[in-house]
Amino acid sequence: MMERRRSTDGLWTLKEQVRARPEQQRVTLSVCNTGCRALGSVEVLAALEEEVRKQHAGHSLRLQRTGCHGFCEVGPLLVVRPQGVLYVRVAPKDAADIVAATLKGEVVERLLYTGPDTEQPIVHEHDVPFYKHQTRLVFRHCGRIDPESIDDYLAADGYEALAKALGDMTPQQVIDEVLASGLRGRGGAGFPTGRKWQFCREAPGQPKYLICNADEGDPGAFMDRGVCEGDPHAVIEGMLIAAYAIGATHGYLYVRAEYPIAVQHLKRAMADAEALGLLGDNILGTGLSFHLKLKQGAGAFVCGEETALIASIEGQRGMPRSRPPFPAQSGLFGKPTNINNVETFANVPVILQRGAAAYAAVGTERSKGTKIFALAGKVRNTGLVEIPMGATLRQVVFGIGGGVPEGRAFKAAQMGGPSGGCVPAEHLDLPIDYDSLQDVGAIMGSGGLVVLDDTTCMVDLASYFLQFVQSESCGKCVPCRVGTRRMLEILTRIGRGDGKEGDVETLVELGQSVKAASLCGLGQTAPNPVLSTIRYFRDEYDAHIRDKRCPARTCRHLVTYSIDAEKCIACGQCKRVCPAKAIEGEKKVEHVIVQDRCVSCGACFDVCPVDAVVVA
Amino acid sequence: MAKQGTAMRAALKQVLERHTTDKSELIPIIQEAQDAIGYLPEDVLLDVSRHLNVPEAAIYGVATFYAQFYLEPQGRHRIRVCRGTACHVRGSAQIRPVIESKLKVKDGQTTDDLLFTYETVACVGCCALAPVMMIDDRYYGRLTPEKAEAVIDEYMRQADAG
Repeated sequence: MMERRRSTDGLWTLKEQVRARPEQQRVTLSVCNTGCRALGSVEVLAALEEEVRKQHAGHSLRLQRTGCHGFCEVGPLLVVRPQGVLYVRVAPKDAADIVAATLKGEVVERLLYTGPDTEQPIVHEHDVPFYKHQTRLVFRHCGRIDPESIDDYLAADGYEALAKALGDMTPQQVIDEVLASGLRGRGGAGFPTGRKWQFCREAPGQPKYLICNADEGDPGAFMDRGVCEGDPHAVIEGMLIAAYAIGATHGYLYVRAEYPIAVQHLKRAMADAEALGLLGDNILGTGLSFHLKLKQGAGAFVCGEETALIASIEGQRGMPRSRPPFPAQSGLFGKPTNINNVETFANVPVILQRGAAAYAAVGTERSKGTKIFALAGKVRNTGLVEIPMGATLRQVVFGIGGGVPEGRAFKAAQMGGPSGGCVPAEHLDLPIDYDSLQDVGAIMGSGGLVVLDDTTCMVDLASYFLQFVQSESCGKCVPCRVGTRRMLEILTRIGRGDGKEGDVETLVELGQSVKAASLCGLGQTAPNPVLSTIRYFRDEYDAHIRDKRCPARTCRHLVTYSIDAEKCIACGQCKRVCPAKAIEGEKKVEHVIVQDRCVSCGACFDVCPVDAVVVA
Repeated sequence: MAKQGTAMRAALKQVLERHTTDKSELIPIIQEAQDAIGYLPEDVLLDVSRHLNVPEAAIYGVATFYAQFYLEPQGRHRIRVCRGTACHVRGSAQIRPVIESKLKVKDGQTTDDLLFTYETVACVGCCALAPVMMIDDRYYGRLTPEKAEAVIDEYMRQADAG
């Protein structure tokens, strides 16, 4: 059973014992029990459990509840390991066949992946285009271990990097290794992690604090959720290594409250690690002490900013303050504090296990390793993808993502959420790294990548992001509080068809002032979505302002829907979906849209089987 | 009302016993108090103020700063419709009016029968399944207006059944 390990050797013996256990030898059915829950994986798991019992398969099969496999689009996902057979869109009724076939060493053909990007059903996970083009380093355990089982993590060489650091390296050697790896902060700004650690290590004052920022708030980003839910021990191990390097004795995991499963898995992982002597006092008998607490956010986007996050842990309103002093000098409770993001910490065990040189072999000259992107929006294969830095946008959107659905054209990729910008089609072959993205007016950000097609209006999108930052602005500094509001007013006016000449110039001027004068990162980056859409899609702004026309037919004040009476078959589908009850007509009587009530949502347009709804 | 007040006090007392009087305990305390009571009535905040020796104004400031604290009674089920980027470009704007007209509520409001509280949130981290809504801790993905309505009907049916 669990008992505290008093030496790093004790950890090795434990790993061998765990690996020898019968359940680690069995053929495993790995089912996503996190993201796929929205698609019914809980019911699938229950059905599988029942079938394993019915078919007396308990001794040869293991049912494993894993974190996110990444390929959310075709979930619920199930992988048979070690064979690597991938089943997609699994339903409870498939459980009997899956168990029976796996026992016989056969494959259930009808559940294999077939996509528009493939000719025949693909048996193995690693042959599916979505996975084939990825480099899964940080995600190496996600979907392969039960995140609530420390045994699974240990069997997969977990805590090996920690033992290496504590047993064979001095704290300075750890920092040097991280510096040599070229790891940069994955939270968005891309500051070299090793340098940040060095500042904090050298800062006078005790105790030192270590914080993991898991307040993933960018709309369109969910990679930290994937890591916390799917591989929570990797985050804790990364934090432990950092604590050792910096000399921090107390730590906080600051987790977004909207992520209940992440909170549950992290809490469980913390308790299990503590029971094994991996957290608390005298860790693995080395004298290192690290006490970790979990704090749940309370719903404020600005708390992703490090000084605001610190204020929130201290029990105050989450408002940022000006820097310097930097948290490394004076952070939590006025003490030296180091803050890194989830994905950054999860990279640390990889670096120590593989060595800095091997790690740095992946990526571009100034951006090393991999980056996880949350691929969403108008793209066929949505999900979490991990690519080497330097891969092109084309490889991500078309190679992994399978391109834009419904035969639509790729228009742009929105990268970096409300702090980022749009990368248009002309830059599809741009190698993705921190610097190249900055050059084209976007940012790496935390890794949200939302694909836009020709039905997305860029004015509407810019206005959407401004609305977001406007409601999330904490109100402390004028440029952000008032500047973003004035910008939003102009954009709203343009979207309503009341734009006037000179509006775009005013937006640019205001945007530059807000960037230059805001107190924190939220305000300093808030105008980016507006500025970048103006840079690449100025013609759309002009169409709204001069011709009172929305080329993407999204801005509802600028489009009208009507029904072509000749085409209408009076089927009633549009009438049923209309949220405003604006469609009149009976069976066999052509339908009419009452313009006064129409909210121009486009639901009728989408649903009409004969394309009788006309947009103008 | 008096009885309700006593029950609240008892629930709060349990929460306070789990925490020290350190000021940094404020947010966890009111998070747990809200979990136990459903919202944060004035009396509760006053008790927290005395426990931590933090001015009432500062507590009110914190409770109104964060989106997740509620000073009014909340519905039994919380509907959160995501208006994140991915949901936005995949049509979450069509989901909201359906719910709003069906339940006769606007963003942040609670139905008269206290069955639902409805709000829109920035992102629930489920972008691959956009558009998405959450009811309590359950996710509903790839929504259409009809699907959203059907989900809510189901909750109403269950409430009627008791």
